[in-house]
Amino acid sequence: MPHVRFTDNIQRHVECPPAQADGDTVRAVLDAYFAANVAARGYVLDDQGALRKHMVIFVDGRQITDRIGLTDSVPQDGLVEVIQALSGG
Amino acid sequence: MSDRILVATRKGLFTITRSGKRWSITQTNFLADNCSLVMHDPRDGTMFVALGHGHFGCKLHRSRDSGATWQECATPAYPQKPDDFEEKPNPTTGNVTPWNTELIWEIQGGGPDEPGVFWCGTIPGGLFRSDDEGDSWRFVRSLWDDPRRPQWFGGGYDYAGIHSVCVDPRDSAHLLVGVSCGGVWRSTDRGESWECDSKGLRAEYLPAEQAYDPITQDPHLLVRCRSAPDHLWVQHHNGIFRSIDDAKTWQEITDVKPSTFGFAVAVHPADPNTAWFVPAIKDEQRIPVDARVVVTRTRDGGETFEQLTNGLPQEHAYDLVFRHALDIDETGDTLAFGSTTGSLWVSQNQGDAWECVSTHLPPIYCVRFGKG
Repeated sequence: MPHVRFTDNIQRHVECPPAQADGDTVRAVLDAYFAANVAARGYVLDDQGALRKHMVIFVDGRQITDRIGLTDSVPQDGLVEVIQALSGG
Repeated sequence: MSDRILVATRKGLFTITRSGKRWSITQTNFLADNCSLVMHDPRDGTMFVALGHGHFGCKLHRSRDSGATWQECATPAYPQKPDDFEEKPNPTTGNVTPWNTELIWEIQGGGPDEPGVFWCGTIPGGLFRSDDEGDSWRFVRSLWDDPRRPQWFGGGYDYAGIHSVCVDPRDSAHLLVGVSCGGVWRSTDRGESWECDSKGLRAEYLPAEQAYDPITQDPHLLVRCRSAPDHLWVQHHNGIFRSIDDAKTWQEITDVKPSTFGFAVAVHPADPNTAWFVPAIKDEQRIPVDARVVVTRTRDGGETFEQLTNGLPQEHAYDLVFRHALDIDETGDTLAFGSTTGSLWVSQNQGDAWECVSTHLPPIYCVRFGKG
């Protein structure tokens, strides 16, 4: 099952502990994670469910390409890292 | 007289408290976070602060113990955009309006007979209503879906926004909403339907044929006199306007030194003829005229204005005062305003003299008097 990890900077606002979340796309993995941590969803995704403008996501070290649909695939043992961009600070 | 002032800034929320005749900073919250707005509900003391996290989006926090503790509550969120909905590019800017809360720009309590009701204005133009003190928000679809809404355009920001909600104290169903840029909108049925039909607001920045189109107006702030609710003032991009018939018609006031341009306006709660403004140079040089910080005051409904300078810097001062950064307390005697360069002034005699509380706060977005 994929692992999800969040930037330390988000922890000041909302608790986002690392966790395992099932799914084979970024969307599925994040949906699974946020189902158990509802408060964190709006810190990462916007009102339409797209990745927030100044956030970035890496899967096994590679930046995702679909920021709206989050359709990038995630291996079963993959690592999804959610961090803030340098823009938007 | 209010003994407490709440100051929302680019780097936190500051509480200013009066001790004797002196004001000083006594509390900080959300330090280093971007606080775009603070409001204090005179009905029961509930407070809200809006945060704009650069990375993590807009958030809303609420306090029910006079600011001692804060809890995050629901953030007004736009509904899912239907797949078949075509949001056409704005004819003025070419921008396609996002269905996202980009900025929380106004929070206003409902009427005295509506406990728990709050209205929230946002950029890019969505209005929200809460019936449960901010535990949840309902998108006011009637205004968003109005066929005239796509004509709105941003003034200063990329997208239009709602910065003023004025509830009629005689009738809570009666709302006036100020949109920059989109004019003044009226609902008489708690937001079920809307009209934008006010006459007299003038947009000098558009061709003459469109100058009086009510939907192209850029009211920077709309305020209603508490004791005479038919009397309103607007600090407009184009100047100062006054209405004495509940925003149906407006009179432009042009002879005001040093300038009619600005963002903020405050009206005396018991005297609709008395109002204050903080002028600046229009348009592309947004600094005080002659680098002197001046407050203008009328006591006769705009017939004449005084320039109030006692206690304000009169040389090399580049303070700009945003629309929500001037407030007046319930007595009408005490005013406070804060600037983009972090200066905060208070007057306890209707602006005759000003005390400087600080010149080194972060950029100030919103100043509000609080109780207790």
